[in-house]
Amino acid sequence: MSERTPILELCGVDKSFGPIDVLHGISLKVHTGEVLCLLGDNGAGKSTLIKILAGVYTPNAGKILMDGEEVEFTRPRDAHDRGIATVHQFGGTYPLMSIGRNFFVGVEPTRGWGPFKLYDRKRANEIAVKAVQDFGITRIDDGDRLVGGLSGGERQSLAIARAVYFGARVLILDEPTAALGVKQAAHVLRIVNEAKRRGLAVIFITHQVMHALAVGDHFAVLIRGSIAADFRKGEKTREEITDLMAGGENMASLEAQLETYMETHDGHPPPLR
Amino acid sequence: MSEPQRMGNKTAAAAGGAETEETAASTGASIGAVLRRPEVGALVGMLLVFSFFGYFGYDRNFLSPFGTSSWVNAASTVGIIAIPIGFLMIAGELDISIGAVVPAAKMSIAISCGHYGLPIPVGLFITFAIAGFIGWVNGTLVTRTNVPSLIVTLATLFAVSGLTLFLSLLLTDRTTQALQSPAWAKELFGAYHFWGFQSSVFWWLGLAAIFYFVLHHSPWGNWIFALGGDKESARNAGIPIQRLKIALFMLASMSAALSGASETILSNSATTTTNFALIFNTIIAVVVGGVLLTGGFGTVPGIFFGTATLAIVQQGIGYTPFDRNLSSLIIGVMLLIAVLMNDTFRNMATTMSAAKRN
Repeated sequence: MSERTPILELCGVDKSFGPIDVLHGISLKVHTGEVLCLLGDNGAGKSTLIKILAGVYTPNAGKILMDGEEVEFTRPRDAHDRGIATVHQFGGTYPLMSIGRNFFVGVEPTRGWGPFKLYDRKRANEIAVKAVQDFGITRIDDGDRLVGGLSGGERQSLAIARAVYFGARVLILDEPTAALGVKQAAHVLRIVNEAKRRGLAVIFITHQVMHALAVGDHFAVLIRGSIAADFRKGEKTREEITDLMAGGENMASLEAQLETYMETHDGHPPPLR
Repeated sequence: MSEPQRMGNKTAAAAGGAETEETAASTGASIGAVLRRPEVGALVGMLLVFSFFGYFGYDRNFLSPFGTSSWVNAASTVGIIAIPIGFLMIAGELDISIGAVVPAAKMSIAISCGHYGLPIPVGLFITFAIAGFIGWVNGTLVTRTNVPSLIVTLATLFAVSGLTLFLSLLLTDRTTQALQSPAWAKELFGAYHFWGFQSSVFWWLGLAAIFYFVLHHSPWGNWIFALGGDKESARNAGIPIQRLKIALFMLASMSAALSGASETILSNSATTTTNFALIFNTIIAVVVGGVLLTGGFGTVPGIFFGTATLAIVQQGIGYTPFDRNLSSLIIGVMLLIAVLMNDTFRNMATTMSAAKRN
């Protein structure tokens, strides 16, 4: 697997805003048909890293390689044109617009000619519904329905299906399961697997270790702007990963302390200091 | 109101029900279809108001040709401006500077053609150029500074009205200006046609048709909805949001100029008085027409019916035995009902996750 050229590779990427170093020496590799889970606590630099990959920020140092070739993203469009699609927590969907219109925002299919080009609602709806159903969301069958009526998981699915339809090769999912219930999250994880099966490279950003373990092939833990651990599936247990994310603090012993306290204090947690 | 309510009950019932496989949507589809068409609510409201005034105003000829043209004429002057204001509101912005753009446009055409004797086309060109510039300033300030558009256009409202008064006094030494326009200009912009319909009525109908296609059947319409729905996502989707916003502000100003210029050509005179009532009338027409104040949703037919409703109440009251002043009360109540309805709609659209299980 490591023999292949990674579709996307970061080599020693640094990013600072003025005097504040946000990322240093980030090196990562993603292959097609593989899910890279990027784990990290809040403020670890995950968002900045995503924005570099999406072309919002340019790194101060280091290289970005796609298919082994150095690339430079000066604006989001560049990353987009190279097939990098970012799906944010609420998927960039518009609750008060129909599924078909949501799917094609900015790239509306038209019929007619010249200044009388009309938005082709029928075709947009057909394509959108088919693309979403191909991802296993069979409940969506009417492209005129408002997206606001869909569940969080369905909205994520719609956004992922859209990214794939428009030729994404690398899919960056920014905390797709953070605001979802257990069932909905499972839904999204299935979609991640489906995207992987179709040969996409997926970068899955999360702080839920369970979700990461469910789909990930490759894991990277980000702490205070640098990669603290880089390992493959099965190399570390859930507890070890959680400890890593918490910045080396032993979560298990913390939990144990909490439990003993609660046992001896009628089930009350210790007061915060 | 009854449709959303019924849908709401359905939502609760479906959400409470067991996790069953979805069945073929039968009744749900038609209710959903109505739900997606809030102009139906605006139409029902308009028909109710029309029947009310038709009944009480029958003896005083509310339903006669001239009774009809009185409210249609009033609707047209507001309506030409209300649709672009509705576009702005759908895009998440507000423009109250039109209250000053209308008198500015009136004075520009009256001064350039009436005082300096320029031909009407030149006067119109100057008027639209001035209005377009005001819109461009509004749009640029809003997009560059991120100051809420209510404040930006409140500032330009006062700036433009002050400037109109100042320049009128400077150039002509008067605050009113007479304008004699040639027959063709009268015919096109400011004459009474059959049944007493004035020219602006035809402008209103024509523009409403064009705006309908722009918002509901062109890619631009999708952009406007996306802009109001989620600005950041719209930007990420590659929509030129700044240019789009500036264009919408310019459209609103220039529509206000068209309304003002037609009125001037019709009445042969212009004054510098700022039209504060117009600001409220356009906003009421748009909201009664089902546009969400928070943006992201609305329809042109809805705004059209909202404008008509407003005009029927304002003009129709004179044909009934009721006191004129009660029209404001009716409008106030109507506005409140409309806003409550719009809110209900939005809440349902954004929360009914399980509703479509049917």
